[in-house]
Amino acid sequence: MGLAKRIIPCLDVDAGRVVKGVRFVDIRDAGDPVEVARRYDEQGADEITFLDITASSDQRETMVHVVEQVAGEVFIPLTVGGGIREIVDIRRLLNAGADKVGINTAAVSNPEFVRDASERFGSQCIVVSIDARQVSSAEEQPRWEIFTHGGRKPTGIDAVEWAQRMVDYGAGEILLTSMDRDGTRDGFDLALTSTISNAVDVPVIASGGVGTLDHLVEGILQGRADAVLAASIFHFGEFTIAEAKQYMARAGIEIRL
Amino acid sequence: MSSIAIIDYGMGNLHSIAKALEHVAGKNRVCVTSARDVIAAADRVVFPGVGAIRDCMAELQRTGLDEVVIDVARSKPLLGVCLGMQALLDESEENNGTACLGIIPGSVKHFKGNIGQEGLKIPHMGWNQVLQRGTHPMWKDIPDGSRFYFVHSYYAVPANNNDVAATTPYGIEFASVIAHDNVFAAQFHPEKSQNAGLGLLTNFVDWNGVS
Repeated sequence: MGLAKRIIPCLDVDAGRVVKGVRFVDIRDAGDPVEVARRYDEQGADEITFLDITASSDQRETMVHVVEQVAGEVFIPLTVGGGIREIVDIRRLLNAGADKVGINTAAVSNPEFVRDASERFGSQCIVVSIDARQVSSAEEQPRWEIFTHGGRKPTGIDAVEWAQRMVDYGAGEILLTSMDRDGTRDGFDLALTSTISNAVDVPVIASGGVGTLDHLVEGILQGRADAVLAASIFHFGEFTIAEAKQYMARAGIEIRL
Repeated sequence: MSSIAIIDYGMGNLHSIAKALEHVAGKNRVCVTSARDVIAAADRVVFPGVGAIRDCMAELQRTGLDEVVIDVARSKPLLGVCLGMQALLDESEENNGTACLGIIPGSVKHFKGNIGQEGLKIPHMGWNQVLQRGTHPMWKDIPDGSRFYFVHSYYAVPANNNDVAATTPYGIEFASVIAHDNVFAAQFHPEKSQNAGLGLLTNFVDWNGVS
């Protein structure tokens, strides 16, 4: 009895359409964001995350309209990440009905932005997204570093120190993606997930690599994540959210059914 | 037809709660307003809030809406949500101690140091069970133990046990809902709690303020 672990489908949105990148290269179209969000809500999603991967800035406004439409008919928490660089970006999304925003690259280039944002809007709506890759060799004690620009650009920043620093700056939640696993369907990087989850007080969402329902269970039980995020296994109808939740509940995980 | 006023005092986004109320309000009117006369004329009032309590109280005082909330709490159905619940108590530990509205006797404490269990994250974020105490018109058709969406680091500690309408387990069992006469206040977000939340809002639209 108590707080449920969350299942969060993630919709990558490009110019108003849902897509899912496999290792950020091979992108397939999986539908209209409002339609998909409504379906996930009906299936029992605990939250929905939108990742705006729109490249051109003149189409940024599209995401605000998507959020407005979804928030008008889906009454669960909505998170929007991708391309958030300024306070005004956050305000527009929150005003459109988003509950949280995910800050990634802008946090790395200007950590004070996270502090400023959390002071203005409250930690509860500031999610810091961390894209990490293992940089240690197999024989070494595992070490991960932060990468930006969709996992392409190394920063040399240690992932654990970074997560702790972002929490100090007011992050209310960490969305942790293993760039080694993202798109592989090999499962979460459990060592990374548990290391970060143990290192911070705030909730951690595990992301990157889900291919089976067992992966979701492992993310919670071994990765010690508070929530699990997945995209492709839900988008193509392999499993419904409801099936995933029942499976996790049977594994003894506290779930909202 | 009745009207529901959502008090806008500059603390956060009221889009979601307005949308959710409109979704269940039928022919009843929902408005987001900071106008005293509109709030005074409304049949029901929602007192929302996110952010820090010091800013919340400062804005209420600056706009004079603190007195409006106190008046409403004496006269008609009032639904407090999240920070709008905490602000009803006497004081909060947040921001090195902040005096609140003093409508419900009690205080607001931080989870840290008060939840013994190792590994419990702060903020308390996600879907947790709301264990109803006794009967209340606001619980109509909502199964006891239903999960609602929470996101908060501080929790209410009402001085009078009779004011606790529901509790939620998180290390301790804290008061997740306070009810006193025509006031009903929830720590969770009904507007983000899917069917359970929409059910609660539906009940609020129908509630005459008698508990």
